[in-house]
Amino acid sequence: MSETVRDRVIAILAEQAVLEPSDVEPQHSLADLGIDSLGLVESIFAIEEAFDISVPFNANAPQESGFDVSSVDAIVAAVERLIAEQKG
Amino acid sequence: MKRVVITGAGTINALGPDVPSTLEAMREGRCGIGRLEIRDLDRLAVQIGAQVKGYDEAAHFSRQQLALCDRFTQFALIAARQAMAQSGLVVEGELETRMGVVLGTSGGGLTTTDDNYRAVYEEGKTRVHPFVVPRLMNNAATAHVSMEFGLQGPSFTVSTACASSNHAMGQAFHMVRSGMAPAMLTGGSEAMLCFGGIKAWEGLRVMSREACRPFSATRDGMVQGEGAAVFVFEEYEQARARGAEILAEVAGFAMTSDADDIVVPSADGAARAMTGAMADARMAVEEVGYINAHGTGTAANDRTECAAISATFGAAADRLMISSTKAMHGHLIGGTGAVELLACLMALREGVIAPTIGYEAPDPDCALDVVPNVAREAKVTAVLSNAFAFGGLNAVLALRAA
Repeated sequence: MSETVRDRVIAILAEQAVLEPSDVEPQHSLADLGIDSLGLVESIFAIEEAFDISVPFNANAPQESGFDVSSVDAIVAAVERLIAEQKG
Repeated sequence: MKRVVITGAGTINALGPDVPSTLEAMREGRCGIGRLEIRDLDRLAVQIGAQVKGYDEAAHFSRQQLALCDRFTQFALIAARQAMAQSGLVVEGELETRMGVVLGTSGGGLTTTDDNYRAVYEEGKTRVHPFVVPRLMNNAATAHVSMEFGLQGPSFTVSTACASSNHAMGQAFHMVRSGMAPAMLTGGSEAMLCFGGIKAWEGLRVMSREACRPFSATRDGMVQGEGAAVFVFEEYEQARARGAEILAEVAGFAMTSDADDIVVPSADGAARAMTGAMADARMAVEEVGYINAHGTGTAANDRTECAAISATFGAAADRLMISSTKAMHGHLIGGTGAVELLACLMALREGVIAPTIGYEAPDPDCALDVVPNVAREAKVTAVLSNAFAFGGLNAVLALRAA
């Protein structure tokens, strides 16, 4: 299950970054991937649609949103947590 | 070139149904933002807005008019009636054929669109009301205002998102200044506090769920509002000759495009617009006492706008008062510059600077005098009104005291 979540999150980020999923590393930041603020908002939308979850994220105060977007790993972990909370 | 003055003003917005009540609310720092009263609110993450409440459309319009007028048109008509009444203009002779209307709006008849999409898509209806198109079109408000007063001169609608009404008023200013029209009705109107109108903004994740707190370190986004403000812009000699009360002089206008990003603002584009408006008005930076800021309460706008003001005004920025009245009346999107011009008139005429309410903590990136929370008495003779739209389209008006 968790492998699936990771794969799907990476696929979403890779599509946004116009990269191959194999080029996306766990430690990459969004900046590393070339994803800007609009790209992030679009990625979060895609994540919400893919997993049928609601992601609490305010672009004005990203650090206070409770959704860690500091790295690919952090995003995957945050999505797994939200799935557990909202679908568990 | 002719001089252009304002001889009438009208409004309806969350702070009040006319200019006196709106200015009183601004003086008192009253907040018009509250829980929205709209359909399907439970399916919205953002449930607050500066809504016009206690509004009885039947008190202002006949059944026939209501069938043809979306809420944004109704607001424009109400504001225009007040402005025309204050101006004392009698529409006859040359004025009838040469005076026109330029209004700004972003969403136009969005509530009409929302209601009818709901009818055909959600409720599965196969028929819609025959007047959907004349209600929803962006130029409906302009057309109805022109019809109500018999104004047959140049008339059109401007739509540049959050700068719509400033762009509209800039056009009206140019038309009167050039002699194309002896007077114009101008301003803007917006009514997008409906499910679709808020859901769309929610998607960008720039909205606050709590309050609009411009320039405060604790700000977390914008809050939508609704309403309209309309003004009579009139050629100065004509206004003086007929003994009209002059509310202020429109002294300059400038517009720029960032040509950079569809949503992220640029300090350079904003600075060039402010500099341009002052140059157009032959106004020195030292002359300007107050700026009604765009001040949306988003992290990006307020930081960028303050940087632009500092760059434009240099040392003079330290003596400058700036405030965002959006924390009171919300962000009226295409109508916002028009309602905000009322705060400029109050500063010039009454010597009262409207406050930036909701201010909780200083942000080092917004280290200007933002007139926090409480209105201030101060004599100012020249002001700017900023509007910076998504799309990077900027429009700044410069006004002088009459």
